[in-house]
Amino acid sequence: MSNLPGVETIIEITYLIATALFILSLKWLSSPTTARRGVFAGELGMLLAIAGTLLHHGIVEYRWIVIALVLGTIIGVPLGEVAMTAVPQRTALSHAFGALCVTLVGTAHFYLGAPNLPRFTMGVLALEVILGSLTFTGSLMAAGKLQEILPQRPITYKGQNIVNLGLLGVAVVVAGILVAHQEKMQLFPLIVGIPLLFGVMMIIPIGGADMPTVISLLNSYAGLSAAAMGFVLDSKLLIIAGALDGASGLILSVNMSKAMNRSFSNVLFGAFGQEQTAAAGQKDMRPVRSATAEEAAAILSAANKVVIVPGYGMAVAQAQHKVRELYDALTKRGVDVKFGIHPVAGRMPGHMNVLLAEADIPYDKLLDMDDINGDFPQTDVALVIGANDVTNPAARTDASSPIFGMPILDVDKARTVMVIKRSMGAGFAGIENPLYYLDRTLMLFGDAKSFVGSIVRELGGGHE
Amino acid sequence: MKLDLLTSLYVFMLAAFIGFEVIRRVSPLLHTPLMSLTNALDAIAVVGAIILAGEYHAHGAMLARILGTIAIVAATSNIVGGFLITDRMLKMFKASGPKKP
Repeated sequence: MSNLPGVETIIEITYLIATALFILSLKWLSSPTTARRGVFAGELGMLLAIAGTLLHHGIVEYRWIVIALVLGTIIGVPLGEVAMTAVPQRTALSHAFGALCVTLVGTAHFYLGAPNLPRFTMGVLALEVILGSLTFTGSLMAAGKLQEILPQRPITYKGQNIVNLGLLGVAVVVAGILVAHQEKMQLFPLIVGIPLLFGVMMIIPIGGADMPTVISLLNSYAGLSAAAMGFVLDSKLLIIAGALDGASGLILSVNMSKAMNRSFSNVLFGAFGQEQTAAAGQKDMRPVRSATAEEAAAILSAANKVVIVPGYGMAVAQAQHKVRELYDALTKRGVDVKFGIHPVAGRMPGHMNVLLAEADIPYDKLLDMDDINGDFPQTDVALVIGANDVTNPAARTDASSPIFGMPILDVDKARTVMVIKRSMGAGFAGIENPLYYLDRTLMLFGDAKSFVGSIVRELGGGHE
Repeated sequence: MKLDLLTSLYVFMLAAFIGFEVIRRVSPLLHTPLMSLTNALDAIAVVGAIILAGEYHAHGAMLARILGTIAIVAATSNIVGGFLITDRMLKMFKASGPKKP
């Protein structure tokens, strides 16, 4: 590095402005009215930072950089254009890419600098590489499960936690040895390889419904590994961006774990999806009341206030556009229709909101669990589409239920509950839902998309 | 402990607090765009990858070029894809009627 303070100062200033723009970007994201401005601020900051970096006169070779930037853009554009239903796996894949970048840069820094790296740098570098590698394979696994390339069913075996924590423990010990004795460079591949394996093992026991928590957690890891990279490179910009991303992922993971009534340590150690194996044995044989689309349409059009509760089943059935038609048909008749959205509905935080917004449902009709729950006692009809455990009143009342204590949408407090469901099969957690046996509950058996379609036809036919 | 290291730790701590305060205010409505946006911002790691791939290295230049180039590709695809999809999602969020909540 030579001394051209002029250029270096300019570069540092672009980083400073980029940092401010990144923070503003997240601040503007707080409301849908300013959110797009937030994206613009983020883009501008990114552009400035990259342009500034390219000015860096330490850079002597531009060819590969340009090729890589072009190639990354070519890969990035289709990743930005995936269908909204595929956003969870896209997000998981992008966590993997971010982690890959950090791991590769960390690895290169080790081999360029060792055995003369300052001890602290070596420690952070080890953290960077460990977090990066486990996030890389973990996110790939998560993406594979979400894309259904890999089996979605959780795979568990005896002593899984011990094996996993043992693996992580070995990686940490090796990292410790490297910090103390950097000349043992042959150990370095272990702190990449073991976390790579750990990432795979960590996701194996995780089922689809736990994905929102896992994606958030991987998001946080990706951020922290980037912050660690910032410490290695002494880049404040990277430290701040990584800290922001880490904080965001952490907040979302805590939200998700609260919404599933899991303790935070339970989330941190990746021990999800294992408790519900002991599903209640006794099958409920009580009768349920079912209704046809015609009957459902009659009840809905007589209602004043309807709350629709969508779950992942709605997304699987691709029913969101039919749901919009239902929303339109009911709104036209003067029915007040709102949507009640559980934080863990779908496969990632906020997934349902995006799917419903894509179907042109105004966002002020999409209400979070805490905001809608007070409305149910005054609600005429709660219509549950493809959601199960998040509406299970056993979470409130039955201390022996595996989901006891989980916050739920209180649909059972509505005057009439309608549940669209393929059959009486239990939900993800294999738990019976007493909601279905209430006197006020009507089961609407069928595929969500075609059933909602039939209700819409009935409503249209009955009116004009 | 070296002074600039301590400064970095202060920066990290303050950024984490800002992150918590700012992101706590993001409505659950926008949690998916939040994640794709932070993901794009996180890809600022590209800066480190660019320097790695482009700088002069007395030894290990090949390693630095190859790893750096792959790292740039990975990060750039996150930047481009992340901003694109975030904007696409946000464009879909519309309020009902003229009244804003």
